[in-house]
Amino acid sequence: MGRRLLLEHDNVPGIETFDVYRKNGGYRSVEKALKSMSPELVLEEVQKSGLRGRGGAGFPTGMKWSFLAKPEGVPRYLLCNADESEPGTFKDRYLMEKIPHLLIEGMIVSSFALGANQSYIYIRGEYMWVLDILEKAIAEAYAKGFLGKNILGSGYDLDLSVAPGGGAYICGEETALIESLEGKRGNPRMKPPFPAVKGLYGCPTVVNNVESIAAVVPIVNDGGEEYAKIGLGKSTGTKLISACGNLARPGVYEIEMGITVEEFIYGDDYCRGIANGKKLKACVPGGSSVPILPHYLVTKTAAGEDRLMTYESLADGGFASGSMLGSGGFIVFDEDQCIVRNTWNFARFYAHESCGQCSPCREGTGWMEKVLHRLEHGHGNMRDIDLLAEINKKIEGNTICPLGDAAAWPVAAAIRHFRDEFEWHVNEREESQKRNYGLIREPQSIA
Amino acid sequence: MIKVTIDDVEVEVAEGTSILNAARTIGGEVVPPAMCYYSKLPGTGGKCRTCLVEVAAGSAKDPRPMPKLVASCSTPVQDGMVIKNKTSERVHENRGAVVEFLLINHPLDCPICDQAGECHLQDLGFVHGAEKTRYEEERRTFDPIDIGNKIKLHMNRCILCYRCVAVANQLTDKRVHGVLHRGEHAEISTYIESAVENDFSGNMIDVCPVGALTDKTFRFKSRVWFLKPMEAECECTKCSGKAVVWQFGNEIYRVTARKDRYGEVEDQDGKPGWICNDCRFDKKDLSKWNIIGPRTIDRHSVISQGHYQSPRTSTKKLK
Ligand SMILES: Cc1cc2nc3c(=O)[nH]c(=O)nc-3n(C[C@H](O)[C@H](O)[C@H](O)COP(=O)(O)O)c2cc1C
Ligand code: SF4
Ligand code: SF4
Ligand code: FES
Repeated sequence: MGRRLLLEHDNVPGIETFDVYRKNGGYRSVEKALKSMSPELVLEEVQKSGLRGRGGAGFPTGMKWSFLAKPEGVPRYLLCNADESEPGTFKDRYLMEKIPHLLIEGMIVSSFALGANQSYIYIRGEYMWVLDILEKAIAEAYAKGFLGKNILGSGYDLDLSVAPGGGAYICGEETALIESLEGKRGNPRMKPPFPAVKGLYGCPTVVNNVESIAAVVPIVNDGGEEYAKIGLGKSTGTKLISACGNLARPGVYEIEMGITVEEFIYGDDYCRGIANGKKLKACVPGGSSVPILPHYLVTKTAAGEDRLMTYESLADGGFASGSMLGSGGFIVFDEDQCIVRNTWNFARFYAHESCGQCSPCREGTGWMEKVLHRLEHGHGNMRDIDLLAEINKKIEGNTICPLGDAAAWPVAAAIRHFRDEFEWHVNEREESQKRNYGLIREPQSIA
Repeated sequence: MIKVTIDDVEVEVAEGTSILNAARTIGGEVVPPAMCYYSKLPGTGGKCRTCLVEVAAGSAKDPRPMPKLVASCSTPVQDGMVIKNKTSERVHENRGAVVEFLLINHPLDCPICDQAGECHLQDLGFVHGAEKTRYEEERRTFDPIDIGNKIKLHMNRCILCYRCVAVANQLTDKRVHGVLHRGEHAEISTYIESAVENDFSGNMIDVCPVGALTDKTFRFKSRVWFLKPMEAECECTKCSGKAVVWQFGNEIYRVTARKDRYGEVEDQDGKPGWICNDCRFDKKDLSKWNIIGPRTIDRHSVISQGHYQSPRTSTKKLK
């Protein structure tokens, strides 16, 4: 088991209360930052840490913060993205549910670094009970003088509120989140302008994922350099992975970046292999938006090297033979799972969640869903498979926000790696309704 | 001023100009089609994706090409930017795909649609559409809703450009309609089906690029290409009173704002020439109008093939 920076105390009884959290070293980073550091110094530590956004895109957090515009007399906002709606992803919920004060502590130090005096946690509407947990914790933090006016006598003021989401996956996209927070329909905005220049109410705004903000706490406590020692190359620190699917021990794990995928799936400290002694068929390593990998590309790259749990290694081979770390929603399929059915299921999700603003996504996601529905239910044709590949190429890159890409990639990857299985659904219509295709053969060489 | 090159033509435009508007200063075929952007309605654009263009060089400072096609209506030009519209294979291919997306669920009921002849989607389909559809599913339909006695909403034809929402937001005092639901179920609707009644709501009809919003006082009366568009003026306290009346013989069949080749209302007296509902719906009597003369319809569409050409352009058109 590697080091745990975020979930170290997740099983300490009462850790959700201020007192227990504080006794276990909580709020040290606030004292340190507010009493002995300048906002610039906090930013510097975050830059040194190499922390990359944990919401999916992996954009360096320090760099994002440094882009924040700072015009005189205009408020700045820090928004925590707790909308977590990506299928397969449930790490933020675990963190907030178990250790709400860690997020609040992170929000205080991060807001201090950015010069924000009002910050919001935008939480997925379906996480109502977590909202209650957070509000209780926030009330405690106010009572103890860690929020409100003149925090710890430092002269720094911060108000923190939780806002329930609008009930749509798209509200997790940062500009849709801002619209939604402003009380409008959660449609993503056109960029530029970027939120760092014009965000909430037209003011400079940073949007960060729950885990990114929580990671600022150990970074401030131990220093950015110390944090950067964990991990490999540009994938520093620890990462929460929500593992689900046909695993012997699914759950939320905090891993040191750089462990092998093999160890993560089969290791005793982690998922302990595929459930019921079955074989691994495929894996979606970073939430439903990232390309699916067939079993022979999960633990090894196309070049035959060990696949590691890092941004780089999971993406090794590009879209031809790689995937992405994404949000850390690690979904595992055993030999009994149907890839066509799963692809249809994902496609249905994106068709349902598209905001409908731009034509390629609105029409294309619906179209793909219908074609996949036909294929899965034994009414498809061979040309449908090419049509799907064609549609997703025309969505990808042509939309306002990345939801279009996120809808296109999984379909493209499924056809790329599991074409046989799609064709089988066409050729063996009846058979395909009765049983699953099973494992695909490993190709002799991967181009 | 900033220098940009669009399809090998160089122009100078003010900083902050969008690629689309820079192209419009050149005119002709270098102008990308725009189904959702409407220059008179701030905040519109970016949605339909028909105006996608290729940026072959980002700027003089950073001449790298942009990896994705960009929406020309909402991307500002940079000094030294090189843009390809009609000269780009990628643009043709992807614009064709956008048109296909817009058409898969469109009813294609042009024979009974009042917009036929002046529909931007028809024009777009004519230039970029495929001959055959690859869409085998059932086309999407919506339950009809009544939005009042002047405007007909035919949601099945809507392309969700949001222009009418912008009209309601910006021209009327109280917006009662907007977009409900998400994805392919998103629809224009009124707030608990309350009627859209406001002095300027009729302008929604003029901005709608398709036959989703049509004039109930004109519905099914005539095909637009049988009508004579005439520039006309009247005394009006609510709007400029400068409009186009569409005549059949001596009868006025409908009244619209004066629109340019992009389907946008022209400026009148330095302001966008929106017309009020009185002028549009109630003044159907020739005696109420002062007819100025034939209106040239400067659009690549059947209505521009009308028998009445204004002397200003007739010689050019004859060539
Ligand atoms: C459709 C869509 C949904 C998203 N949902 C989430 C989400 O639920 N949580 C999240 O943190 N980021 C989500 N993102 C990413 C955010 O837009 C944004 O990049 C992220 O919150 C930035 O935080 P980070 O830099 O800390 O990763 C989503 C993006 C898209 C396009
Ligand atoms: S890509 Fe999809 S979700 Fe994103 S703005 Fe366009 S229609 Fe909305
Ligand atoms: S009704 Fe017309 S103007 Fe309104 S969104 Fe639909 S197509 Fe656009
Ligand atoms: S006109 Fe540019 S996206 Fe519609």
